[in-house]
Amino acid sequence: MKITFPRMGNTHIPIKALLQGLKLEVIPPLPISKKTMELGVKYSPEYACLPLKINMGNFIETLDQGADTILMAGGWGPCRFGYYAQVERDILKDLGYQFDIVILEAPDSRLSELFKQIKKLGKNVSLFEVCKAIKFAWYKLNTVEQLEKKLEYILARVADKNAAEKVYNNGLDAIDKAGCYEEVAFALRSTLNKMEKLPHHNRILLKIGLVGEIYTILEPAANYNIVNYLGRLDGEVIRSIYTTDWINDHLLGGKIKKSNHQHIINCAKPYLNYWVGGHGQESVGSTVDFAQRNYHGVIQIGPMTCMPEIVAQSVLGKVSDEYGIPCMTMYFDEHAGTGGIYTRLEAFMDMLQRRVMEHNKHKFDLVAGRN
Amino acid sequence: MQCYLGVDIGSVSSNFVLLDQLGRLHTKIYLRTEGNPVNAIKEGYARIKDSLSDNITLKGVGSTGSGRNLAEVLLGADVVKNEITAHAVAASHKYSDVKTIIEIGGQDSKIIILKDGIVNDFAMNTVCAAGTGSFLDQQASRLNIAIENFGTRAVKSRQPVRIAGRCGVFAESDMIHKQQMGYPVEDIIMGLCEALVRNYLNNVGKGKKIEEPIVFQGGVAANTGLKKAFEKILNASINVPENYEVMGAIGAAILAREHIEQNKTTTSFKGEKFILDGDFKTSSFECKGCPNLCEVVQIKRDAQPLAYWGDRCKKWETSLDSQCRLKIV
Repeated sequence: MKITFPRMGNTHIPIKALLQGLKLEVIPPLPISKKTMELGVKYSPEYACLPLKINMGNFIETLDQGADTILMAGGWGPCRFGYYAQVERDILKDLGYQFDIVILEAPDSRLSELFKQIKKLGKNVSLFEVCKAIKFAWYKLNTVEQLEKKLEYILARVADKNAAEKVYNNGLDAIDKAGCYEEVAFALRSTLNKMEKLPHHNRILLKIGLVGEIYTILEPAANYNIVNYLGRLDGEVIRSIYTTDWINDHLLGGKIKKSNHQHIINCAKPYLNYWVGGHGQESVGSTVDFAQRNYHGVIQIGPMTCMPEIVAQSVLGKVSDEYGIPCMTMYFDEHAGTGGIYTRLEAFMDMLQRRVMEHNKHKFDLVAGRN
Repeated sequence: MQCYLGVDIGSVSSNFVLLDQLGRLHTKIYLRTEGNPVNAIKEGYARIKDSLSDNITLKGVGSTGSGRNLAEVLLGADVVKNEITAHAVAASHKYSDVKTIIEIGGQDSKIIILKDGIVNDFAMNTVCAAGTGSFLDQQASRLNIAIENFGTRAVKSRQPVRIAGRCGVFAESDMIHKQQMGYPVEDIIMGLCEALVRNYLNNVGKGKKIEEPIVFQGGVAANTGLKKAFEKILNASINVPENYEVMGAIGAAILAREHIEQNKTTTSFKGEKFILDGDFKTSSFECKGCPNLCEVVQIKRDAQPLAYWGDRCKKWETSLDSQCRLKIV
């Protein structure tokens, strides 16, 4: 059995480790390239959202490489994602591919079910080995995320942005290749060290909250690398979704680490009191949370036609007015021209920067006893 | 006299202005880009140079518009800014209390909301280019009206016809239908103006509080029919600045002045020999470094490469200089 799975941000690193731990032959998805996009767009329904198209591209590429089993997540609720796996299976079968598909359904707080599903995947592995694989994958996931957070923090501050990105990419590679705890820890430590040594600039720093749909937030190819782009404009990005938090909240019932999910949901009230599918309610709640923590601005992103995000967007205007925090919404689809996207982002950052400068001037005037 | 050059390379027009140190307009040049921004920059600069008298020195250069990076490479701009900031700066320079800016250009339309002279909110058209200069150009030529006379013809209308403004294609088929029914051209084009204003307010201006004073700028502000339609639908008075068509370039020049004065630096302007004597060529190739196959654009002056852009990994962009530079493509 040669197993493959869709790509989403850096999750391929821990997922690969997990599957290898289950003694499976893994064909990891290729980085999302123009070719992936082209294949996906060609074989997907035109009106489907971008993540499905990218998934399709991923699968076709790996099936062509000889994969015979696809691991895919399922889901339920108003978001179309729950139906992705089924649609993808049908399209791929129609295209003549021979494969099995394993759909992991999110058990929502019943850990044992997920565990059973994962155990069933492995061939001839003991319970002990399954536990070991899960633990190691979780460790890798946490390290990867630490690195991601560090980059978000450091990219806004360093003078040489290219160097920071390079160190980060090399660090990810090292973690991916690491086969044991010590190697992972070493890769993390040395990368963090290198990042900390990079010299900083002294320009104005902006704190940006990034909210929206999970796939678009996690996968740089689906958001035109918005995190790095903002970082290059001296914006420190904090996302509303990190993979470990999501797994903790939605798969493990918040049992494995401290969760602020309930706080975010409470924040969404009274603007959006109901679960509208996807991350609509979280987008609103996180925006309120970012505003309360004095962030300079919030950017909401999602794939074009994303229903939960459209619902959230219609509420965000009010949040923005009441908290006085600038919010901008961007939907992504397959564009070749990125000019429009980057012009908007640059204008947004410019606006925030001028607000900060005005604010500082005002504060300075107050201190100096002027009006 | 010391002057600042502002350059706005747009999809349809390329504009050049010279401002003196007090921000007064000295020269303005409005050219059609005609799909060749490199030529437009060269020609624009040549014309600016003709208007320069001996006692003028260039203290700084600012560029904006979708071709702003190209302008930076060719001219050596001190400031490279997006159109929104440039337009806002220019409008609040002229009208210090402006609260709403309506800017309609060749392919973009924008709304900018200002509070106390700084941008508070903005939006750009996303899905539909109805109502922008290109669409009006197309419709004018279909009706055989010179685009310059479009507005004056429109305001003669007494009874504008109703045209669907939801989408450019629907607007066009509605227009054809009304034409075949025999409505006078004036009423049809005024109806189109009103439809486009509704489209603008629904698509670009949605959810924004449009407060007076309102400034209407960009090439399309030449169209008095649209101005009248905005006034009618918003029930407010609309200011069209004297130099409405070059406001982006004016903004860029002001930003260049701010930059030079604040940082007390000298301009990185590359000099007229560099622009006028060189033969600039752009070419593109597919980078085979990874499966991404990025389309990389290369700009050469004679045989010397000046800039690369378009690669996701920045391998090419950063190949020419070791210092970190921001390239927005």
